[in-house]
Amino acid sequence: MNIHEYQAKAILRNFGVPVPEGHVVYNSNSARDWAKRLGDGPWAVKAQIHAGGRGKGGGVKIAKTPDEVKQFTRDMIGMTLVTHQTGPEGKLVKRVLVESGCNIADEFYVSFLVDRATSKVTLMASAEGGMDIEEVAANTPEKIFFEAIDPTVGMTAFQARKVAFKLGFAPAQVKQAVPLLKNLYTAFVEADCSLLEINPLVLTADGQLLCLDAKLNFDDNALFRHLRIRDLRDYDEEDMMEIEASQYDLSYIALDGNIGCMVNGAGLAMATMDIIQHYGASPANFLDVGGGATIERVTEAFKIILSDEKVEGILVNIFGGIMKCDVIATGVVEAAKQVGVKVPLVVRLEGTNVDLGKQILAESGLDIVSADGMADAAEKIVKAVKG
Amino acid sequence: MSILIDKNTKIITQGITGATGLFHAQGCRDYCNTQMVGGVTPGKGGGEIDGFPIFDTVEEAVEKTGANVSVIYVPPIGSADAIMEAVDAGLDLVICITEGVPVLDMVKVKKYMEGKKTRLIGPNCPGVITPGQCKIGIMPGYIHKPGPVGVVSRSGTLTYEAVWQLTSRDIGQTTCVGIGGDPVNGTSHLDTLRMFEEDPDTKAVIMIGEIGGDAEEKAAEFVRDHMTKPVAAFIAGATAPPGKRMGHAGAIISGGKGDAASKKAFLRECGISVADSPAEMAEALLKIWKP
Repeated sequence: MNIHEYQAKAILRNFGVPVPEGHVVYNSNSARDWAKRLGDGPWAVKAQIHAGGRGKGGGVKIAKTPDEVKQFTRDMIGMTLVTHQTGPEGKLVKRVLVESGCNIADEFYVSFLVDRATSKVTLMASAEGGMDIEEVAANTPEKIFFEAIDPTVGMTAFQARKVAFKLGFAPAQVKQAVPLLKNLYTAFVEADCSLLEINPLVLTADGQLLCLDAKLNFDDNALFRHLRIRDLRDYDEEDMMEIEASQYDLSYIALDGNIGCMVNGAGLAMATMDIIQHYGASPANFLDVGGGATIERVTEAFKIILSDEKVEGILVNIFGGIMKCDVIATGVVEAAKQVGVKVPLVVRLEGTNVDLGKQILAESGLDIVSADGMADAAEKIVKAVKG
Repeated sequence: MSILIDKNTKIITQGITGATGLFHAQGCRDYCNTQMVGGVTPGKGGGEIDGFPIFDTVEEAVEKTGANVSVIYVPPIGSADAIMEAVDAGLDLVICITEGVPVLDMVKVKKYMEGKKTRLIGPNCPGVITPGQCKIGIMPGYIHKPGPVGVVSRSGTLTYEAVWQLTSRDIGQTTCVGIGGDPVNGTSHLDTLRMFEEDPDTKAVIMIGEIGGDAEEKAAEFVRDHMTKPVAAFIAGATAPPGKRMGHAGAIISGGKGDAASKKAFLRECGISVADSPAEMAEALLKIWKP
């Protein structure tokens, strides 16, 4: 789960991490009022969407007067911000963060994430702040420093110092960096983050370290123990259909193609998308109905797939293990009757009670094409759609 | 022969009184008389459920039943603790089926396991099966058949697909290992390939990978440098867009790393026969190996 920058900064502030003073606003008058309350300018006016690269798209402005803060906020709220992370459709701006500005002397990059290779939380830092870290990693990997953190003792002072000296900090800043990095690590662990990214971490003209931007992503599997964080979920930032699907325990992701897929199991679902492409077409979605699919869930899955207007055909691929094929077949038939599937439907069933399942499909009177194996299924649906 | 488990393996089920735990304990017992010797549910020790004796602690269960393997169906909130309890009891192998274990819990578990003898498979996995001898987990037993091919995969149903392709061609399996779809897990593709290489009865291997991370690449380096047996592979997720989580927490392309095309290319460089289509996993193996 992702949250907004202002929410991330509020969480970090609670862990003693230095962040600029600021406030989120939903209209321009309130923006001007908050600017005045924050003290002297300049102020940063920042569009709050769940995507990076906002500056280039006009989502970050520096205002010199409270009236400018008001004007910029008015410009931003209601605008569709397009960045390299939003996709061409962009995201609608509904909230804006007004913050005290600062004089930047230097910029750095700091992040924490779980490294699969070491199974440890790892600190990643670079003096190339403000840049896309992926670019730094691709072009000058030697400029990124790593410290793997022992989960039993946590982030140690010497590790923080090592990184701070490598970043070229003067002794006064190293002193600030030690608690700052330790507190960031504590926040990461206490809040069950999957990513904590500060880009940039700035050195101000008066020698202070400050987290000018903050991005927190959370481990969805751990949200059960972070109810306050879970409440920060912003449904406006998510795909409507994905939200709808998640209410029925369906794992759904919309894609650009025209063949809808319904599969059990994440790996097989990905493989089904791949085989559609292998036969020259494109999947309209990833959809995993899970292991315990009921008639209701299969019906909902059909509704969700069909609500995508791009869908010109549906491929159902089920490898029944614990899930019996006759149950799935009954679900598919019921769902197809209820929803009224008007596009070609190819069903491939394999596994427990497969013959009974195929018989149910054949006797349903519905126009369902039965397939043997994944290749046959993919060929049939691609042919049906392409004509 | 086989790897990890065989007909002599004795298994306890942690979370045996839950609906899922009991259902699968029964299913495993019904498969070739797999020795499901009991279960653990704290507070219900001394009781019995469908013929399985229940114990309060893993330590006690091991002492009374002689179990050397545990399988875990405990919900995510208690999974890490359950794994550590099994490790503390000195079991050889712990298989955690549970899906949805917090990643940072697994970071602690991995640290706790350092220097201990226990091997962990999972979490978020279908389990392990040695066809004709022993089934531990949620996979359908009947699609398997004893034989010479080792199968290792992050995914459940995609493993069934590969196994079925083999069995339909009358090719059996030594052991099929589902290592799970989470970013931090107990046993990697590489660990499993090492075991298959050492197992005299395994003559060839199918490895099924996914986008995300570099575990498949590490395994491929081992194949290139040390493996004498032929390996075929499939990488799922060629059509997955970057930054989107495809069901498995581990299956995500980030920072331009872990995409299917580069994984496939690297695996091929290492001498692995890579199937472009998931329908051709068995075919990919048969291109480089004759049973």
